[in-house]
Amino acid sequence: MKTIIEKLNSKYNLQEIVYQRDNLVFAAINKENAIDAVTYLRDYEGFSHFVLMSCVDWIEDGKFQLLYLLNNPTLKSDLGLKVYIDRNNPEMVSAHHLWKQIWTYQRELKEAFGINFPGSPRVDENFVVEGWTDIPHMRRDFDTHEYAQKTYFPRGDRKTNDPAEYMRKKLYPNQPITAKQRKDDK
Amino acid sequence: MNIYVKLAYTFLGLMIVLNWGMLMGATMRKIGARVAGRHGIPFKQPWIDLFKNIGVRTTITHGIMYYIGPVFRLTGGVGLFLFMPAVFSGSPYGIWTNFSFEGDLILILYFQVFGMLGMALGAGEGGHPYAAMGIARGLAQHAAVELPLTLAFLSIAIQYDTFSVYKIVEAQQGGFQNWVLFTNPFAAAAVILAMLGALGHSPFNLVKAPNEILIGPATEYEGSYLGFMQSAGAIIHVMEAMLFMNLVFGGATNWFELILKTFLIYFWSVFVGIVFPRFKIEQSVTWFFKVPLLLGVLAILMYSF
Amino acid sequence: MSELDLNDKVSEMLAKSEANVIKSEKTFIHPEDEVREVVAPDGSIIKINPIYDYFSGERPQEEKPRGGIVEKFLNWARSESIWVLGFGTGCGSIEIPPLVTPRFDMFRFGIQMRPTPRQSNAFIISGYLSVKTLKRVIRTYEQMPAPKYVIALGSCTINGGMYYDSYSTINRLDKYIPVDVYIAGCMPRPEALIAGFVKLKELIKEGKAEKANEYARNFDEYKANQKKIIKDWSMPDYNW
Repeated sequence: MKTIIEKLNSKYNLQEIVYQRDNLVFAAINKENAIDAVTYLRDYEGFSHFVLMSCVDWIEDGKFQLLYLLNNPTLKSDLGLKVYIDRNNPEMVSAHHLWKQIWTYQRELKEAFGINFPGSPRVDENFVVEGWTDIPHMRRDFDTHEYAQKTYFPRGDRKTNDPAEYMRKKLYPNQPITAKQRKDDK
Repeated sequence: MNIYVKLAYTFLGLMIVLNWGMLMGATMRKIGARVAGRHGIPFKQPWIDLFKNIGVRTTITHGIMYYIGPVFRLTGGVGLFLFMPAVFSGSPYGIWTNFSFEGDLILILYFQVFGMLGMALGAGEGGHPYAAMGIARGLAQHAAVELPLTLAFLSIAIQYDTFSVYKIVEAQQGGFQNWVLFTNPFAAAAVILAMLGALGHSPFNLVKAPNEILIGPATEYEGSYLGFMQSAGAIIHVMEAMLFMNLVFGGATNWFELILKTFLIYFWSVFVGIVFPRFKIEQSVTWFFKVPLLLGVLAILMYSF
Repeated sequence: MSELDLNDKVSEMLAKSEANVIKSEKTFIHPEDEVREVVAPDGSIIKINPIYDYFSGERPQEEKPRGGIVEKFLNWARSESIWVLGFGTGCGSIEIPPLVTPRFDMFRFGIQMRPTPRQSNAFIISGYLSVKTLKRVIRTYEQMPAPKYVIALGSCTINGGMYYDSYSTINRLDKYIPVDVYIAGCMPRPEALIAGFVKLKELIKEGKAEKANEYARNFDEYKANQKKIIKDWSMPDYNW
């Protein structure tokens, strides 16, 4: 695993290399080199299984972090490649030609974060929510509570009870609280 | 006998058969529930369902054939009753022989398919894709059932040299050793196996089982039409059982015997249904083309030479 | 970076990103359902609008109960023969299968499952209801023949439950379709569901379960609420 990372580093200049476990490594890579590196890993280093693709919204840094998690079945190890892209112009080179399941991931990211993958098949179709017109719903600047309050006729009289306390009061109103219960409550 | 009196008696018989069919259906569902360890539906459930369906307020339409479909099905059931002797009384003009005549076996074979085809037309007009699938499955299975059944019926007809159900019943009187069951065992065996498909209980109920993803031809039917089909279904169940009773199990000489025999015949299909899980349509079609068809061919060959 | 700085930065980002997003005025009609012009066999050009041409666009009408002893008898029959549509809309649908097992056995009460909306008269909204499912629920509910009853199962249908702040699930079901019986809890046990059925039976016998008429009466109000959240309204206004 280490030799693979070193080879990759000399080729594509990785940053933030984290050796999480013996068989799990994360590394950040430039946006331009990312798909090249993934193709190289697939074709030459035996990372033939695409595990997942996800996105993190680093709103403070103004960046989206895409993660391509690859698996090497012979070495039984995983490699996560992180790519930082600009939050104001979220666009990434599509990797749909490498594995077909990437179609779906990219469609999901397009809907949930608004990241565009030009050329990816069916990327503009609905994925989970239908007819969404607000800002993409998984971005951190989207306030889901406020949106729900605005849209879905909230009931004002919501109140929350501690279930244990509530049931004790309801079932045994006259019984004094034992020392153990008081301890548990704390 | 006066034709009006005869009509009145036939109508009364039809009512008995309708209610007996509903009670029998409820009983069989109850038996199934008891096997599963449940209490099951109350005995009155089919009547309540019927009244509820009549009381439905909304009616939708898909066109003329949509209305006529259930009528065809009911006609199939009533036609079977009209032209088949219900209770053997020693005379072809007896009270409960209804309007049976020479050669009614052929008409009855026709009426068996009639209801099915009517349903197919009505459900086809409904336009639901599930209904179309149900029809395709139903007709495929029905064709597979009809083949051994018709061969066995023809064998029985050749055996007694008649196409009259009344005469076949008459020839079987005088003790159980005269039943077709014992005089023509191959035909009887073919009928007993093919009967499972004709009565449409599990394992051969893929066409209309409500817990399949599609309920088959009835997908678009609601309210009174559904009630119509329910009552037609109750009549047809008794009629199928009565047909097999007349042809293979010696007919009935009174209503009690009719009720007992139809119950046992129907129970045979329920018994098999409870023991065996549901067949897919290709499985059931191939099943009918194996042993039942072979038995039917044997029954024909026995009387052909 | 101090906390204050961070807050400033976030609010700055917020302003930026909101300016960036163009609220698209997309119409969400499937290409098959778009209005188009077709050449008829006789050569004339006709305009078709599949959603409104292939389906009946009529509004639902209020159907008054007949009253008297007939209606009483029919109500009794309706209450003893509740046919439930087998459509699980949320997590609560896992509480419905136990009802057919020997332990609970809903058949004793005349409750049966039906696979098609045309034949069922009760609809269990089981648990949270996302907007996507709500569209299907409305379609299905409107296809059911009147008189029809809705049982709302679980807290999510009453006030949103634990999903009250979710962007994709509704908070109050009764704003979109009329509800006869609520069953509170998260999740209610099958016994609670049976208790709900018994309550529904009482309501039907008393002639109070006429919510299908209420839907027809307040049709515009319900439709406005539904269309407010279902942006891709690609179906007729009333699904007969």
